[in-house]
Amino acid sequence: AVLKKRLVKLVVNFLFYFRTDEAEPIGALLLEHCRITKEEENVFSISFIEEPERKYCFECDSEEQCQEWIEALKRASYEFMRRSLIFYRNEIQKMTGKDPLEQYGISEEARFQLATRKQ
Amino acid sequence: MKLNERSLAFYATCDSPADNAGFLYKRGERHTAYHRRWFVLKGNMLFYFEERESREPVGVIVLEGCTVELCDSAEEFAFAIRFSGTKSRTYVLAAESQAAMESWVKSLSRASFDYMRLVVRELEKQLEEMRWGLAGGHPGCRHTPGCWKPQPSGPEQLPERLPALPTIPPKENGCAVWNNVPAADQLPDAGGCDGDANPRPLPLLPRRRASSGELGSTGAAAAESSSTFCRLHERYGREVARLRQDWLDRQRDHRP
Repeated sequence: AVLKKRLVKLVVNFLFYFRTDEAEPIGALLLEHCRITKEEENVFSISFIEEPERKYCFECDSEEQCQEWIEALKRASYEFMRRSLIFYRNEIQKMTGKDPLEQYGISEEARFQLATRKQ
Repeated sequence: MKLNERSLAFYATCDSPADNAGFLYKRGERHTAYHRRWFVLKGNMLFYFEERESREPVGVIVLEGCTVELCDSAEEFAFAIRFSGTKSRTYVLAAESQAAMESWVKSLSRASFDYMRLVVRELEKQLEEMRWGLAGGHPGCRHTPGCWKPQPSGPEQLPERLPALPTIPPKENGCAVWNNVPAADQLPDAGGCDGDANPRPLPLLPRRRASSGELGSTGAAAAESSSTFCRLHERYGREVARLRQDWLDRQRDHRP
């Protein structure tokens, strides 16, 4: 496999990649239902649940940079954020007895209910 | 621009619960005819299918950096999804009832990743202040984030650990914008804290600002994501048109 140098930008739950001298991205990966794996030194990979053998590999300049990216990418999905929100909501509710989402008028939304989330 | 379309299609059709779903009429890009499509909202992605039973979406609208507003149209219960940038397409949709329209406008305007991020940060701040008793204001307290262990409750999966508030400054070529909360080791100053511990109001979202040009408090990150998404739109729109044509061609070929 040939390694190509790319500029990579993580924007919300998309990973955009660019040729280093171009302003427009060549492509993007939607980061939902994906797995971030540490491979060999300085290298991590992204694979998707519907095609787990296909790995998008990225080599970093240092182990430190590699770890930074792995941490960032693991938290990049919308689903991760949703789970965080539900978790914080629950914690606050336990501590105060009040639902912190009520003030925003979103406490009834199905997407924030614990019971409806399967994952 | 390439996209991992299989992953997108998987996300659209997998059995994770949708945040909203239903029939909407979508106005065509060039012609003003409306086509009835099955719409599925998951996260910040609004997918649409030719029919409810279709196995793959024919398109997707990424809901970042957009505003959702009612619009004037001959069609009843119409609303529009608008993106900044003159080249971006505006999507005009129409619901089948007043209630459906209101439900869609509400869920679409809160669907963005940016919105979720704002709410999560607010809750994170609230929780941190509660845990460290800063509601009353104790300037001497130091606190380190990330030392909490989430207690899993019930079968739901919770994040393995809470997002760590960063010690590194934001980088353009690197870290997730999501990580760029103000550093936790700065104590909230007196101006930022409500002495009576009332939850502070949610920061104004860009769509509520009077001027439509201004992207608001999320600043560079929002500007970056909306300009990138404007382009993402265009590109994906073209790809989808091509995919649809391929699909139609395949359908024709399969007819007896």
